[in-house]
Amino acid sequence: MELIEAIILSVLAASTPLLLAATGELVAERSGVLNLGVEGMMIVGAACGFGGAWLTGSIIIGALCGMLAGVLMSLLFAAMALGLAVNQVATGLALTIFGVGLSGLIGAGFVGERITPAPHLQIPFVTDIPLIGRILFGEDGFVYLSLALVAAVWWFLYRTRAGLILRACGDNHVSAHALGYPVLKIRMYAVMFGGACAGLAGAYLPLAYTPFFIPGMTAGRGWIALALTVFASWLPGRLVIGAYLFGAVTILQLHAQGAGIGIPSQFMSSLPYLATVIVLVLLSRARTGGSTAPAALGTVFVPDR
Amino acid sequence: MQLILEKRAERSKTVALVSPLIAIGLTIVTMTILFMVLGKNPISALYVYFIVPLTDGYSLQEIAVKATPLVMIAIGLSLCYLANAWNIGAEGQFLMGAVAGSWIAVKTQGTEAGHWVLPAMLLLGAVAGALYALIPAICKVRFGASEILTSLMLVYVADLLLDYLVRGPWRDPQGFNFPTTAEFDPVATVPTLIEGGRLHLGSILALIVVAAGAVLLGKTIKGFEIRVVGAAPRAARFGGFNANQLILLTFAISGALAGLAGIIEVAGPVGHLQPGISPGYGFTAIIVAFLGRLNPIGILIAGLFLALTFIGGEQAQITMKIPLDVTKVFQGILLFYVLACDSLILYRFRIVSSSPQVARGAH
Repeated sequence: MELIEAIILSVLAASTPLLLAATGELVAERSGVLNLGVEGMMIVGAACGFGGAWLTGSIIIGALCGMLAGVLMSLLFAAMALGLAVNQVATGLALTIFGVGLSGLIGAGFVGERITPAPHLQIPFVTDIPLIGRILFGEDGFVYLSLALVAAVWWFLYRTRAGLILRACGDNHVSAHALGYPVLKIRMYAVMFGGACAGLAGAYLPLAYTPFFIPGMTAGRGWIALALTVFASWLPGRLVIGAYLFGAVTILQLHAQGAGIGIPSQFMSSLPYLATVIVLVLLSRARTGGSTAPAALGTVFVPDR
Repeated sequence: MQLILEKRAERSKTVALVSPLIAIGLTIVTMTILFMVLGKNPISALYVYFIVPLTDGYSLQEIAVKATPLVMIAIGLSLCYLANAWNIGAEGQFLMGAVAGSWIAVKTQGTEAGHWVLPAMLLLGAVAGALYALIPAICKVRFGASEILTSLMLVYVADLLLDYLVRGPWRDPQGFNFPTTAEFDPVATVPTLIEGGRLHLGSILALIVVAAGAVLLGKTIKGFEIRVVGAAPRAARFGGFNANQLILLTFAISGALAGLAGIIEVAGPVGHLQPGISPGYGFTAIIVAFLGRLNPIGILIAGLFLALTFIGGEQAQITMKIPLDVTKVFQGILLFYVLACDSLILYRFRIVSSSPQVARGAH
């Protein structure tokens, strides 16, 4: 029983960075921008988040540093892809290459240092309820924050006027522009939100998941988050299912390695990546009738004057 | 005051020629600032980065050795990008080529195998790279799955496979438990061009690949189809070009070239299979492809330039204690500037003094 509880707790922890990053990217993509730089924004967020927490001793300041770093990175992307109308795929790749180098440079000073990880919720008696107590009421704050964020994004996209306008920009930027909406400005805000989420997702890794920073510690999570938006058909609710499924694959392969079932560990470690490929194929195949992707996703928009 | 983009009537030829140079200039300015932030003397740092490697024969050979995989991979990637197919998993195809070719080297180790070994290794490396690249290509044309994400995911898988092989079945029994195969036999090694030097036959192959790329793109119908499918998909459909077939073709070619580069790297400069055989050649080659304007001759020059930064970065680490990550930052910034300057080919910037609403009212 305790093993199952431990597994569920670690699945939730492994899923949270994926969910945070994917939620931010979903908003950006819903506005029509494909930012492939999630991995780069995450890894810089991880380095800055750890640096902030290590210097000040505060997890919250660390998380804010991570978010700020993500926003700054995303502004770089916005300046290129929105301001200069550069191809979004190429710009996103550049952001990732740049981010990996930059995080190494920033993090060089903290490699080998440790911090006290983010505390877990502790409500007297409630958290001690057998089975469900620790799972529901004993997580770190980021886990609750990520779920609240998904709910907020759902509410924003489907229940507010601003959300409707944002989706309109993503589906038909020419019409949105003709109606007088500032398409590029809206997209810039969406990209910045994506950057903040990716930075926070990256910061989660050294602040709560493992209490130290290692270069390259995001290990492709940014790319998996990108795949999750496809998996979720760009619907916020389905992101939760997707993120927790991927978290489960990650953790179960770790436990299988630990249990020594005779399969080389490298094969188990490759499971999350292979699962991503398979899921992308299955979902894209099921959807041959018509794509659910935002219609203007990844296309350049230069307003006519 | 507002900066707006205005579409040019046609591509500006002058800007197309000078934009990589502007990009390099802006990158050097940015690097100067970065070196000052790091507390290093920017003049001597830039000197170590860009001039010192050009001053002795050993470094010059080393630049050619580093440029070899970069140019080979980038030529293949440029075909993909011209056709608007986004292969970003060249790093994985590079590793798969290295693994597959090494299989022959490991199996023939210490036997009387003759001179067929090296050609067989190169062939198998190229085939393996092509097959590995075809996985995302088939997922794309058959099921519509994003080739960007699938090709990238397969990089991690290839990396783990290589790791497994050199720690498990292929590990050198005399290797003190280090994760590496034994040194390849002489018949399984790419010969060097100069006795005792580093320059090897692979560099000649890279030049042949550049020439072949130039012929394919400039002189053949297939090359024309590749360019049309990417630049004007609608026109290509009217012309009856099969876009799916071109995705498969360009992925297969770029995978084969990346795989070939992988096995050449292992059988040449490295000499055995081990983790970390690539300092990210597959990703740096993306920058090479764009800096070279997706043009074979441009790619050759860009490949040599980025190889220079690898060597310069190593020198700067040794002599000035500048972290190696600076090289990656440099490469990322360079790609940003290249892309930004490319925007000038299609658009011109104009500063308007009024807000857009007023401007629209005045129409």
